[in-house]
Amino acid sequence: MKWLRHNAINIYAGVAIAYMLIPIAVIAAFSFNDPEGRYNYTWSGFTLEHWENAFGVEELTDAMVLSIELAALSTLVATAIGTLLAMALVRYEFFGRRPANFLIVIPMATPEVVIGAGLLSMFLIYPFVDLGFQTLFIAHVMFSISFVVVVVRSRLIGFDRSLEEAARDLGASPLTTFRTVTLPLLAPGIIAAGLLAFALSIDDFVISNFNSGTTVTFPLYIYGALQRGVPVEVNVLATILFAVTVAAMVFTIWQQRRAERMAAVRPEEEVEMLPATPAVRPAPGGFGG
Amino acid sequence: MIRRRLIPYFLLGPGLIWLILFFVVPMYYMGRLSLESGSLLTGFEFTWEWSNFSDSLSAYDTQFVRSFVYAGIATLLCLVIAYPLAYAIAFRAGRWKYLLLFAVIAPFFTTYLIRTIAWQTILSDQSAVVDVLDAIGLAGSNHRVLDEPGSVIAGLTYNFLPFMILPIYASLERIDQRLIEAAKDLYSSASQAFWRVTLPLSAPGVVAGTLLTFIPAAGDYVNAELLGAQGQAMIGNVIQGLYLNVRDYPTAASLSFILMALILAAVVVYIRFAGSEALMGEEAERA
Repeated sequence: MKWLRHNAINIYAGVAIAYMLIPIAVIAAFSFNDPEGRYNYTWSGFTLEHWENAFGVEELTDAMVLSIELAALSTLVATAIGTLLAMALVRYEFFGRRPANFLIVIPMATPEVVIGAGLLSMFLIYPFVDLGFQTLFIAHVMFSISFVVVVVRSRLIGFDRSLEEAARDLGASPLTTFRTVTLPLLAPGIIAAGLLAFALSIDDFVISNFNSGTTVTFPLYIYGALQRGVPVEVNVLATILFAVTVAAMVFTIWQQRRAERMAAVRPEEEVEMLPATPAVRPAPGGFGG
Repeated sequence: MIRRRLIPYFLLGPGLIWLILFFVVPMYYMGRLSLESGSLLTGFEFTWEWSNFSDSLSAYDTQFVRSFVYAGIATLLCLVIAYPLAYAIAFRAGRWKYLLLFAVIAPFFTTYLIRTIAWQTILSDQSAVVDVLDAIGLAGSNHRVLDEPGSVIAGLTYNFLPFMILPIYASLERIDQRLIEAAKDLYSSASQAFWRVTLPLSAPGVVAGTLLTFIPAAGDYVNAELLGAQGQAMIGNVIQGLYLNVRDYPTAASLSFILMALILAAVVVYIRFAGSEALMGEEAERA
């Protein structure tokens, strides 16, 4: 009984984690399904057929390629201008800081339907571009910027500026300092922000649905296929996408750890950091534990 | 030095221009649309038609109420699931911490729609889960789980859960362990230390998490569409349908504005109630 009381929260956490992962397992499992009808909802036998045919559904593959292109392009732009925004907000005092901050936060606090509907309203009244890849690109960059700023800013706040000063003292020009000191130290944050922007873009359905015209992205293809039955290949591609993103994520974490080790060069800082790192100690308190 | 003072504006320029052109300006156009009158056949005309707002609100008030009720319940469920989980990850996980955090964000790596379709599979009439739920009496009178309010709320809860876990985890992680130790040194019991020290210190994470969950949930329409039936339509479904299918733009635009205003009002009231320092934490840190 005592054991149960002490571990109740761990068991609870385990169940919660399982809850989060079960749908992913279902998606992967159903990529091996051999459905009898058009609908891939009931398990009716194991087959590798759809994995062999992973890129065989032309419309689906096209949509996937378009989504990847769109995500890559919008990530590139959003990460660049978002990083500049974060630099300005963290490193400079300037007039108009509060409104700038507000403008960056508010899109994150706006429901996606409203963002999508707003953009469509503008494109309807003032059709300076046709609905399609261009409008999707505009929308994806727009909703990614705020998230990029948040991620890069958190990295910049913990930035040790004395490293830059040292570079300047040793005769480096501002540009060289930026290129050889600032950027490498900032890189993990920028990469993390880029990954987030990419994930947001490739996953976006609601805003894209409003502004796509006849262009079909991966999520839009799935939505369109719902009525006539989603092909099993969708599960295959989703599983591949999941595996690739996981790999990218693991790589980023590894990079980040390496950069942190590189950054922690000053001995007195290392000593100071030690007690602050959360040690593995007997659990302090808990729910009545 | 003038140049140095201009640097931040150069850095801000591209981003702010993008946000103004493609977020602020669209809101202006949506505002214009919401005040137009006419129909798709005769064309729309800008006539300061303020009655659009009252008409659309009274026509779709059930969907508004439903959206806020569903989103509210889903947010509460998220909180109940997320807090203990975040606590366990922050204080009990030890070397498993990063793996668990990874599991928390793993759902983001599969497409939102596919995740929701996976719940369709799990909750479909043939599924074993539904048999179990039916056996313990949770499935309702028609022995179904899908196309009920419960399935929509379950979908919302699942899809927005990481938004609750991550901020709570971040605020728990930041707590100075010595404060909890001090409480214990001063003879508080473990539960007293939790209620009096840990929980108040993690309040900013709870506030941020509830906002990050509630706002998208209230505007969501994917869950209601895939896991619900006509009777579970949320306001997002209405806006989407009016914009893209019926093409009644003035009504749709005014509904969008009402939704935004209601959410903003809810957020303001909530922050008043929860204390503003919770949200301003980040600002204070930088200052």
